[in-house]
Amino acid sequence: MYNAKYIIPGLIIFALLFTFPFWYNLGAVTYEPVELELPEDFDDCIESTEFMRTEHMKLLDEWRDIYVRDGYQLYWSELKEQYFLMSLTKTCMDCHDNKEDFCDRCHDQTAVDPYCWDCHHTEP
Amino acid sequence: MKAINSLILVLALIVIAMLGAGALGIEYLFGVIIPYLAVFIFIVGFITKMVGWGKSAVPFRIPTTCGQATKSLPMFKDKWSRLDNPGTKLGTIGRMFLEVVLFRSLFRNTRVELHPGQYIAYSSSKWLWIFALIFHYTFLIIVIRHLRFFTEPIPGVIVFLDQVDSMLQILVPPLFISSALILVALGYLLLRRFFVPSMRYISQPADYVPLFLIISIVVSGMLMRYVGPFKTDLMPVKELAMGLVQFSPTVPEGIGLTFYVHFFLFSVLLMYFPFSKLMHMGGVFLSPTRNLPNDSREKHHPNPWNYPVKLHTYEDYENDFREKMVEADLPVEKPLEEMAEETSENDEKKE
Repeated sequence: MYNAKYIIPGLIIFALLFTFPFWYNLGAVTYEPVELELPEDFDDCIESTEFMRTEHMKLLDEWRDIYVRDGYQLYWSELKEQYFLMSLTKTCMDCHDNKEDFCDRCHDQTAVDPYCWDCHHTEP
Repeated sequence: MKAINSLILVLALIVIAMLGAGALGIEYLFGVIIPYLAVFIFIVGFITKMVGWGKSAVPFRIPTTCGQATKSLPMFKDKWSRLDNPGTKLGTIGRMFLEVVLFRSLFRNTRVELHPGQYIAYSSSKWLWIFALIFHYTFLIIVIRHLRFFTEPIPGVIVFLDQVDSMLQILVPPLFISSALILVALGYLLLRRFFVPSMRYISQPADYVPLFLIISIVVSGMLMRYVGPFKTDLMPVKELAMGLVQFSPTVPEGIGLTFYVHFFLFSVLLMYFPFSKLMHMGGVFLSPTRNLPNDSREKHHPNPWNYPVKLHTYEDYENDFREKMVEADLPVEKPLEEMAEETSENDEKKE
């Protein structure tokens, strides 16, 4: 091979870069899936688990707009058939009562950094 | 037709993933076996290809020069020639850096126009350069961003990159700027092949397939993030990804089908990579027109294909055949010694 003194180091750098996830986790503990913390008092959130799993961020965003900007205060839950105050601190955190257990466990593992906490308290 | 066939091929890949991971339920194949295979083929194929290219000799300096050689005449004082037509190693490193990082060759792209009255006009055309630059850098950012699934704890750089990329705070979850930009850039790169007649003429399935493949990967990824029914629970995805990189693969429940389509398409991209034009990722470093200093006038570059030739000099030839040559009255440089003496004696007698 010609110019091996340039090509071989280049290929080593290439291989190291593209196998980064394999060697970065070498010394680390085997990954354990997140244990979800569940509130004790209720079986269901204000909507179904599937809905909350995929849409909770959208729900909170809509609540923020509707409550803060449009002035409406109550959310009708089809699942529970009752009204809830559209408030992260007063409604959500009534059950999910701290950020560390209920937000950060998943968010930290997926580099999600929502800006809820720019304004809200992290405890009720 | 070439574009349509390529599109059908990519759609077929999507259907394969949907049937395999969805209907047939062989998630292990699509979540573990194919991705491992893809990484293996990518790394080994890439290295094999590069070594193969490294084995072909580049006997001559063939740089395409974009400026006057620095050591030509004192009247040429353009400082940029040190980069555009470097005669030194340092200058060549500079040119390669500009090429790899800023796509300087594309920056020099020109457009030829035929104006009424048979006038030809050449003008600068930067669109390809700017969209290629956007495409490559957003792709890089997107690949790095995805490391959040493959690392635990996530390095601060990646978290920071995520924050910067989503800093516009539009849409929920926040839109990644890179995702939006890569679609724009890919759109340009594709439409260019559709609407520019000359581009359309030279476009092959090998040009369309990577474009459709990458567009499908981006779209499936964005569907998973933004569009209700396609959304995927990230926690089992992280579990799968971490299982892969820690060599204890698991296929957790509850990963949506869109994820398998996304993952399969990316695996196919990795497997296709070493055999496709995408190899320009490594090939750019081996471009002889870019990575050779233009020093043909200063240095002698021996042909690497030169082999030891069995020589038979004229001197040896004459030594071998002198007698016969003299008999045949052929001129010789060195006369026969005996003959020389005899002739000299004869000459004396005559006198």
